[in-house]
Amino acid sequence: MNAKELCGVANAKLDTFVTWTALDRSNLSDGRKLAVNYFIVAVILFFAQLLFGMIAATQFIFPNFLYGFLDFSVNRMVHINAMVVWMLYGFIGCTYWLLEDESQTEIVGLKYGKLAFWVLTIAVAIVVLVYLFIQIGAGNDTTLWLINEGREYIEAPRWADIGIVAVVLTFFYNVVATFSKGKWSGIAGVLTLDLVALAGLYLAGMFYMTNITHEQFWWWWVIHLWVEATWEVLVGVIMAWSLMKLLGVRRKIVTTWLYIEVALMFGSGILGLGHHYFWIGTPEYWLTIGGFFSALEPIPLVAMVVHAMYDAGSHSFKNSNHPAVAWIIAQAFGNFFGAGVWGFMHTLPQINLYTHGTQWSASHGHLAFFGAYATINIAFFYLAIQHWRGDVWMSEGSQNAWRWKWALGLLNVGVVGMTIALLIAGYEQSFIERAVEGSTWSGYFSAQNHPSFQSAMVWRWLFGLMTFAGLILLIWDLLTIGKGETRKMAVVEAE
Amino acid sequence: MNEESPLWASESFWKKVAIWVTAGSFLILVVLTFDSLSQTEVGGKRVQAYSVINKKIDYVYKEDLHKFMPVIGETELLFGQEFTEEEAEKLVTLGKKTTQAKNCMNCHTLLGNGAYFAPDLTKAWLDKGWLSKELREELMIKFLLDPENNARTFGSNRKMPNLHLTHDEAKGVVAFLKWMSSIDTNGFPYNFKTIYATEE
Repeated sequence: MNAKELCGVANAKLDTFVTWTALDRSNLSDGRKLAVNYFIVAVILFFAQLLFGMIAATQFIFPNFLYGFLDFSVNRMVHINAMVVWMLYGFIGCTYWLLEDESQTEIVGLKYGKLAFWVLTIAVAIVVLVYLFIQIGAGNDTTLWLINEGREYIEAPRWADIGIVAVVLTFFYNVVATFSKGKWSGIAGVLTLDLVALAGLYLAGMFYMTNITHEQFWWWWVIHLWVEATWEVLVGVIMAWSLMKLLGVRRKIVTTWLYIEVALMFGSGILGLGHHYFWIGTPEYWLTIGGFFSALEPIPLVAMVVHAMYDAGSHSFKNSNHPAVAWIIAQAFGNFFGAGVWGFMHTLPQINLYTHGTQWSASHGHLAFFGAYATINIAFFYLAIQHWRGDVWMSEGSQNAWRWKWALGLLNVGVVGMTIALLIAGYEQSFIERAVEGSTWSGYFSAQNHPSFQSAMVWRWLFGLMTFAGLILLIWDLLTIGKGETRKMAVVEAE
Repeated sequence: MNEESPLWASESFWKKVAIWVTAGSFLILVVLTFDSLSQTEVGGKRVQAYSVINKKIDYVYKEDLHKFMPVIGETELLFGQEFTEEEAEKLVTLGKKTTQAKNCMNCHTLLGNGAYFAPDLTKAWLDKGWLSKELREELMIKFLLDPENNARTFGSNRKMPNLHLTHDEAKGVVAFLKWMSSIDTNGFPYNFKTIYATEE
């Protein structure tokens, strides 16, 4: 079979698949067509995240698995990068999804938005292929520019960084220009200022420095101020809008809550950055500042739980999209426990001295990223699919509702299970490697070889598999939910 | 909420609070950033000059401070050579770039940050796993050039893959690790017994 025939077959298969999904893009506005493009890539990257996570988890149990071919470093890098990028895709998708509705006008630079989508997607594909097939290079600038920058979470080579900034600026232009042409609101204002910070912060991670203390100082500006500040506020914005749309909560209430959340989030999160400055060479005052402010970080998350639960309860959970509301509730709790409680547990310097750089961080990372960010994106996937099907009913009495319920259950139980397994491993590591053996290499391996660590890795693998099964079911459900449903969703009126 | 909302429940009040709190926090962060960066310049008290690779570096518990601190001692040359500040910076830079180009951070941790599949490198230079200070340099170079056949798995079966370092890159990595071990990390890691502590 030659290349042309192969393309023909692939196209035919794709057509069959699209026909099978029976999704009609004409149900979507142009802005929302762009949003679902982002959602589709997000789901594909979500799949890649879990696939490479499973390979890396397998290597903890069988270190020779794919050794010298796809080493742990490569799998782990793809695992965390796919996660960061799918969540960004999700956030951009969510923003495009709500932009026209919130501004009450059409997206101003739609064609630039489409172009930016393709530029970003092609760039991501190239970066991933280079990660997988070239992996590493010589210790010089060419490697850092073309292959891999070797800095956790922001490994993307410098050329891609520049591309990312260009794409984000296009996105930012679309948001600001659309609100300017249409209507500004409290939500629009917070969103715009948050995006300025989000894009600006990325620049802090684009420089090479030999002084590792300075390098990690700026690296945390990107990682922490994204994940523990600007992303959280972005989620607050998305949550505020979706509570209005799903439950009919009054705008004045969600806007006031949003301002409270911003004050609490930035008030604790900006200086909470200090909890990453305990041990990297930076001055001692960070122990006090970082400890104090990061200990406050759970407070806004409590506020978000109260907000979401109160609003949902006061509307008796009546809505036309059960899966979306269920995932929003999962977000409120997941964010609070994953980011808030799990973060707080090891944020004070007196305990962090022993837990820093152990599986404690991995435990916190898994529950926090899933609880705070995966959940809200999944809620939006369900919102999107509902409109894509033509505003169908996705509430009581829907067919095959077991699928979304099981997907919700498997994903949540799977991630919580991994979190607990990693926490046990982290406790054991902090005790044996850190406190008793003093963090030497032999201390490290004593902890890694310990039966409780080894069995924790097996449990993590099993719960990882459960999570993976949940994702596959989720994808199946997203592709089929509402198919053949003739009832229309109820129109939600704001109070 | 109606027009008579109390101040603490009013939208405009919280909008102002959000703006002032954010701006205030950010301003404090900027001031502290300037201070931290100046306190951690290379050649200062916390982050040593690159030429510290010419010296003996140790890490000991200070009773009065209740924490472990790096101690810079007399001359202890690396690769039997005395480096000028410029030469030392060049070598450490090569080492640092190599650690990034080889993606070390996605198995190891540096200053405790990274992945958790392999040991922390913060004080790797001082690790007693290198047996003695006489054997250390040679063992490190051999390990970096051919980690598979010089594996240090400590019974874990986990081996570093061959990352195809050149001899110069390996020397750079060793210099970088030696320099990094001299950074004052506020007592992290705790209770670390160095190669010197074992010898004495």
